[in-house]
Order: sequence, then C-alpha cells, then structure tokens
Amino acid sequence: MTSPTIERIQNNPKFIAMVHTKRVFSWSLSIIMLAIYCAFILIIGFKKELFGTPLGPDTVITWGIPVGVGVILSAFVLTGIYVRRANTEFDQLTREVVEEAQQ
Amino acid sequence: MKRLSIFLMSLLSSLPVWAADAIGGAVEKRSLNVSAIVMFFIFVGATLYITYWAAKRTRSAKDFYAAGGGITGFQNGLAIAGDYMSAASFLGISALVYGSGYDGLIYSIGFLVGWPVITFLVAERLRNLGKYTFADVASYRLQQGPVRSFSAVGTLVTVALYLIAQMVGAGKLIQLLFGMDYSSAVILVGILMVMYVMFGGMLATTWVQIIKAVLLLSGASFMAFMVLKISGFSIETMFSKAIEVHPKGTAIMSPGGLVSNPIDAISLGIGLMFGTAGLPHILMRFFTVADAKEARKSVFFATGFIGYFYILTFIIGFGAIMLVLNQPQYTDAKGLIGGNNMAAIHLANAVGGDLFLGFISAVAFATILAVVSGLTLSGASAVSHDLYASVWRHGRSSEAQEIRVSKIATVFLGIVAILLGIAFEKQNIAYMVGLAFSIAASANFPVLFMSMFWKGLTTRGAVLGGVIGLVSAVTLIVLGPTVWVDVLKNKEAIFAYKNPALFSMTAAFFFTWLFSVLDNSESANKERAAFLPQFIRSMTGVGAEGATSKH
Repeated sequence: MTSPTIERIQNNPKFIAMVHTKRVFSWSLSIIMLAIYCAFILIIGFKKELFGTPLGPDTVITWGIPVGVGVILSAFVLTGIYVRRANTEFDQLTREVVEEAQQ
Repeated sequence: MKRLSIFLMSLLSSLPVWAADAIGGAVEKRSLNVSAIVMFFIFVGATLYITYWAAKRTRSAKDFYAAGGGITGFQNGLAIAGDYMSAASFLGISALVYGSGYDGLIYSIGFLVGWPVITFLVAERLRNLGKYTFADVASYRLQQGPVRSFSAVGTLVTVALYLIAQMVGAGKLIQLLFGMDYSSAVILVGILMVMYVMFGGMLATTWVQIIKAVLLLSGASFMAFMVLKISGFSIETMFSKAIEVHPKGTAIMSPGGLVSNPIDAISLGIGLMFGTAGLPHILMRFFTVADAKEARKSVFFATGFIGYFYILTFIIGFGAIMLVLNQPQYTDAKGLIGGNNMAAIHLANAVGGDLFLGFISAVAFATILAVVSGLTLSGASAVSHDLYASVWRHGRSSEAQEIRVSKIATVFLGIVAILLGIAFEKQNIAYMVGLAFSIAASANFPVLFMSMFWKGLTTRGAVLGGVIGLVSAVTLIVLGPTVWVDVLKNKEAIFAYKNPALFSMTAAFFFTWLFSVLDNSESANKERAAFLPQFIRSMTGVGAEGATSKH
C-alpha cells in the first residue's frame, strides 16, 4: 500500500466517521458482555440465594437456570448483532473508502 | 463425597480442570470395547483419507499453514468450536453437572463469554494483519527478531503445557474407554496427529476438527433429546426426578461452592476470556478464512455452537443424575464405575445401548486427536515460520525449505509429546491447562492486543512486558494453592488465589506500557510512526492476505 493511498484513506471524513462509530459500537458491546458476566459472578459470589429461589410455588426450576441460559444466549445474540452490522454497514463503508482512495 | 469434594476443588483450581480430573487419579483398565474400537477405526480411516486428499492440495506454505485461506466462515466456526469442545470439556462439564448440578452451568458460561469479546475487538484485525501465526501480527511494525522470538517462546510454552495435559488425558481416557494400554494409547495418538499435520497441513487439521465437531454435536444432541424424551419433554419433570435421587437434593438447582471467592472467580473469567484470545492454535484459525467478513462469521458460528454444546452438556448432566445415578449396572461401592467423568459415557449406554456407547467413546477419542493436531500445527508453525524463516534466515529461505522445517518440527513435537505424555502419567498435572491459559492471557494476549490497539508500543515494551507477564503467571501459579499446596504438599499457599490472570495480565499491560513510554530510541519512534499504515490495513484489509484456493 502506497503512502498517498494511506493519506487519502486517513483524511477521508467517511473513514474517520466509520472508525469512530465502529470503535464506540464494538467497545460498548464488549462492555455489555463483561458487565453481564461480572454481574452474574458477583450475584453468585455475594447473594447466591437469589439464584436458588424457585420461579414459582409449583415449580422446582430456580431463577438461576433461565438467567444462566440467558447469559449464554446473550453472548450469541450480541455476537450476531455485531457481525450483522459489521458485515453490511461497516464493510460497505470500507469498500467505498478504499475505492475512493484508489481512484 | 470426599471424592466429589476433591474433584470440585481441583475444578476450581484451574481451567478445563475437568481435563484435570480425567487426568488425575488412577483409572482401572476396562475390558475391550469392540463396537467403540470398530467405530474408532472407521473415524481414523476417514480422516486418513482426508489427509491423503489434503496432501494433494497442500503445495505452498499458505496451503500448509492456512489451508490456502479457503475455509468458509461456517466451516471455520465449526473448527473453532471443535478446538474448544475437547473430550475434557464434554466429559468434565457433564461430570460437574452430575456431581453438583448448577455449578456446571456457571463454569461453562465462563468459557463462553470470551468469544463475543474476541469478535468485537480482535477477530477482524487479526485477519487483516496476519499471515500464518499471531507473531505476524505482533511483530507487524516492530523488530522481527526479538518480537518473533518472544512470541514463538510464548507459543511453544502454551502448546507444550496444553499438549501434555491432552496427551495424559488421552492415555487415561483411552485406557478407560477402550481397554487399551496407557503407553500404546499415547503412542497411537502421537503417531496419528503427526500424520495429519505432516501430510495434510492445516487443511487436514481443519477437516479432522470439523468432522469431529459434527460428530460430537450430533451425539450430544441425541443424548439430550433422549433425556428429554424420557422426561416426557418436560424439563420440570427432568429437574424434579433429578432432585429426588440426588444426595444433595434441591441444592443441585442453585449455585454451590464453585464461586466462594469472587476475586478468584473474576480472575478465572479473565484468564478464560483473554487466554482464549491468546491461544496460538485458536488464533491461527483466523488466517484460514478469506477475509475479515468470514473471520467475523466464524466467531459468530463458533459462539453459537459452543453455547448450544454447553446447554446440551447441562441436560446430559441432569440426564445422568436421573438415569445413571444409583443404577446398579453403572455404579459400585465407590460411586460411578470409572469415576464421575464417566457420567456422559454411562448415559450414552443408558439411552442408546452398546452401539451408541461405542459411538460416543470413539467420538471422545476423535476429539482428543483433533485437538492435539491443531496444537502441534501451531507449535510447528512457530518453529518454522517465526524462528527459522524470520529470525534465523531473515526471510531469505524458500517456501519449500520453510515447509520442510515445519514437517521436521512436527515429527519432533510428536516425539516430545509422546515422551512427555508417558513421563507425566503418574504426575498430578491438574494445573497445566490452567497454566497454559494464564500464560496465554498474560504473555501472548497483552503483546498482541497492544500491537493492534496502541500506537505507542515499542519492541522493548512488548518484549519486556510480555516476559514479565509470562514469568509472573508461572510464579503466581507455582506459589498459589494449585501447585504450592496440591502438588508440592506445603501447608499454606504463598499467593492466595488459584487463578493469577487478573494480576499477571495487569502486570504485563502495565510494564508493556511503562517500558514503551520510556523508550526514546530512534527505532521506537519509527515503530510509532508505522502504526498508522498498520491501523489502516487492520481496519480496511487493504494489502491483507487473500485466499488462494477454495475447498
């Protein structure tokens, strides 16, 4: 890659905006995931009775089960949200930026 | 009960510690299991055919190290999931659920949550910057010699520890499942893995992993389905029946003693999360896909498969409580025949008869083979691509020479793995996988991460910070309860926590930063200036390695 191309990409306002959006987006999702996990562990560490309580009077299923399965699903869903946006919107912008720089 | 509590303690102490339990403790040899052996030979036959097919397609270095970059996101997702779903995690998590219920779910969640973060932050940058090994990325704008040597050492140490744990686990497991002698089992695993890697390179290694992942997921799905069918498709019935027969009663429905110390638990979580992002055999999978888009897709599929697999093992564990616990044909005076790790295997017999038992045993063996092959390939790549071609020959060797060195390194690693596997047969090696993850999180990951995210990183900072991470991870594990008390038999641990990652990784990041900002040499300034082109390539993929072949 030649330096004029780099400079053109670097100075393209579209690129700057995309990098910013992507950064905010991926860090926010990471923080959400970490927060979910830490909350889960901290509840188990400090207040585990909460997860041991049954969902209702006539069931043996405790709150911990749907919450645990929910954490697993959240990991999958968050990844899906990221991949969807990155593979469409961000990739499209990247292609445009690169094409403009190579003209 | 005592056995169970020992098992739980060892579980807490280090990572896929269930591996540890499959590994630790004496096992009795079983009578020869014929259907398992027949199915295992079918698997070996099929994978050797694939190796033959792959060997014909493996010509260039790119074919050998990265399967020509032609693996699709979906296939790679399966392969990554396969690397993660080891025999140890299949048998170990279901054993943990069988022994203490809910705690098994907590443990598996710790393994899963790292994947999304890898997707958001590192997957596509890795793909855009790397070629064959993660050292390509770490040394992208730094001095090749020191950074590649450091990364190669990090890779080899991680691979060696992980490989020993897998080899010993393989020997014990095969002894238990097939009635085969320990050393012959270890030698057989060693020879097969060398053949896959040496002749078929990354293409064969990936396909062996994909096939095994499909077999394991189908087998586990069938077991979970049968458990649900027997409970009349009501999880309520499944849970209440399990509570009825389990000695701990309703306690299996709530968190037990697994997270008694939140700091240790968070440290474990960090070790798992960032350790995964520093495991060389996982990182190299990102170079086998065509572009960043496929790299992202791979982690998405991998996360889905791994999450699904953990939900299955949870059901399987409860199914084992319901159908295997207290059943005379699976238990003796000491509890489950063969120990808690056999819960899933006995359940296979209970829901599918002898033939299915044979299938699951063969899949467990296949799983070990697939994982050790990936490890061996990543170790061999570090030797040939980083140490030989880049550091020693300064990039002046030909592709053919590089591949040759890689094959020699594969044979050498195979021999070392067999010898160490035999040497460690009677040792307590529960700490080894934990140590591998901690080193990956404290030495490999910080350097890799800073090289992609921080402009100010210099060669001096990377190497010194990385070495400090490596040394502190090893030291803290040795001084901690897992080695200081359990292995060296001292009364009290000098370092209170079993999982050092929280501390050793922080130290690595801090010193990498410190030594980088203190570095005012001319080369350091050049390295900082080279960040921009690297950053643009990592974001756009301009100049990145493309795919050379489709499979």
